[in-house]
Amino acid sequence: MPEPVLSVRDLSIAYQARRGQVQAVRNISFDVERGESVALIGESGSGKTTVGLGLMHLLPTTAKVFGGSVIYRHHVNGSDSTGREIEVLSLKGSNLRQFRWHECAMVFQSALNALNPVLRISEHFIDTAKAHGYLSGYQQTAELQERSLKLLSMVRLDPERVWRSFPHELSGGMRQRVLIALALLLEPQLLILDEPTTALDILTQRNIIDVLKELRQKLGFAMLFISHDLALAAELADRVATVYAGEIIEIGNVRTVFRHPYHPYTIGLIKAVPTLTGDNANLVSVPGSPPDLIQLPTGCKFHPRCPLADDRCRREETKLTEVEAGHKVACWHWTHAREVLKTYQV
Amino acid sequence: MSEPLIALEHVNRTFMVKGQTIKAVNDINLNISAGDILCLVGESGCGKTTTGKMIAGLLPTSSGRILYRGKDIATIKHSDRKEYRLGVQMVHQDPYASLNPIQTVYQTLAAPLQHHSFTRGEAETKRRVRELLEIVDLTPPDDFLEKYPHQLSGGQRQRVSVARALTVHPKFIVADEAVSMVDVSIRISLLKMFTRLKDEMGVGVLLITHDLALAKYFAWGGRIGVMYLGRLVEIGSAREVVNHPQHPYTEVLLSAIPEADPDATRAKKRIELRSSDMPSLLQLPTGCTFHPRCPAFMGEVCEKVVPPLEKADWGSDVACHLVQSHES
Repeated sequence: MPEPVLSVRDLSIAYQARRGQVQAVRNISFDVERGESVALIGESGSGKTTVGLGLMHLLPTTAKVFGGSVIYRHHVNGSDSTGREIEVLSLKGSNLRQFRWHECAMVFQSALNALNPVLRISEHFIDTAKAHGYLSGYQQTAELQERSLKLLSMVRLDPERVWRSFPHELSGGMRQRVLIALALLLEPQLLILDEPTTALDILTQRNIIDVLKELRQKLGFAMLFISHDLALAAELADRVATVYAGEIIEIGNVRTVFRHPYHPYTIGLIKAVPTLTGDNANLVSVPGSPPDLIQLPTGCKFHPRCPLADDRCRREETKLTEVEAGHKVACWHWTHAREVLKTYQV
Repeated sequence: MSEPLIALEHVNRTFMVKGQTIKAVNDINLNISAGDILCLVGESGCGKTTTGKMIAGLLPTSSGRILYRGKDIATIKHSDRKEYRLGVQMVHQDPYASLNPIQTVYQTLAAPLQHHSFTRGEAETKRRVRELLEIVDLTPPDDFLEKYPHQLSGGQRQRVSVARALTVHPKFIVADEAVSMVDVSIRISLLKMFTRLKDEMGVGVLLITHDLALAKYFAWGGRIGVMYLGRLVEIGSAREVVNHPQHPYTEVLLSAIPEADPDATRAKKRIELRSSDMPSLLQLPTGCTFHPRCPAFMGEVCEKVVPPLEKADWGSDVACHLVQSHES
């Protein structure tokens, strides 16, 4: 099997706050295989967005990467051999600019704010291409336009109309699709999407989901998407990682994680979401709230909310361990973690 | 049948935006009895929040009447008016904005109790505040009395909002997206709390939400109403609306929603719309407002005639020519 397109190892990121350090990401490790779709799911404040920003070198100045490595592997389409490896965290200047968008592009959470309100959509495409040294000069502008229009129609927009529009002339869903098209302009091999459908209406959301599925089939890029919406992960992801208090506490194939989660938090989270097709009789809720990321609890960070917590959980930090092929869990009690459901139901 | 607690009769609401009229709510008729659970669902801009605000008396209607125990809330006077104002309470979407940041939980809850003379003296007020905190599962209550909103999590704040609504012994609570800003892992416990209020205190609830799966869960024993561009297009028992949707719009919505179950969501049959563009509220389509997008579009009748909301086979009320042509 070819090597993964992205390998994150022991990544730690903290924000400096007046009260102390906010440990937003702690020792996170995961891979994204070629063409694979990985979802980071977690609740607000779990650190999932910080991971995405960290991968793109887009962290605010108050944040600092404390350790770990992020290896990106460029590959030539259709070939199994790995091209050059890029150590993302040490990139600077033109190399960083080359990495962004050419190799890895990001679609941000708020499509409403991500476009410049005084620029036409066409100018967004042209600016992006210029800034990343892709196609310049008169002849090539025509080529760029052709490519952009093709991308716009791939995201199911009327290319001629949208090309001339200003952002305010487009609806939220249309803007989100423009951003996706724009992100794909330089043919990145990895697309990071932060809450791609949050704040969109049901039918618009469906449209974006379908567009993403279609594009991935046609263009074969890998996807890392960050969401609190489990349903979105269930539909779009090949693998799912649950993030809690800055750590990945469970990761595995989307079907096994949803069918047989082993971490008490994942178990609670999945059982907390009502579905239209299920009977919803045994929905639960996880008592308590996420910990303060400045003063983290000792041992397992979930122990203050966990009904199974014992001395060991309070003392020893958990480690992500493989419990089945490709399914890793960070819990001392994963073998009998399903018992928590009884407690959650009250 | 006894007199409904709340009745909406041909309620309309328009807004003026830059000299143009927007029809936010269009001819809604609805009866809500004491202890009813009703979920209004729809996409943004469909008028569900406006409807909720009008029921709670926060917005006047443009035309049509809203009756509380048979009396028009626009003209209701004196003790009847007070009864209505206390009887219908609202819980807002954003628990970060709806509580006063410089008041403790105790102050927030004591103010309405004292103002409306539900309690006399500090000791009694305190006892009642503790009781209320217990009802909304903020236990032990003494831990919360002196807390300020910023010291509470989103879920806890939302519980305080509910406790505040309960101070005045309401008969009916309008909850506008009351759980959508709360973390997923604790939503169910908030919804269970609303269900308990209904079971134990007979408090009816109108939950306004864009999340149909949530509506199905919450309203399982009650009703779901689906709104589209200001109109109620389908309303019926939650079971019927979810299992046997009659209106094409309801069907499209149900088919579009991703499910938190990888197999179910990927196996779901999708219904395609004729057009994915939401029409502008400024220029509503003629006839049935859904006709430009409707997968079951039948031609002229849909373009010209507004379908009335009528009882269909399965017991739901549906506003669709197709469903009605099947009936006759």
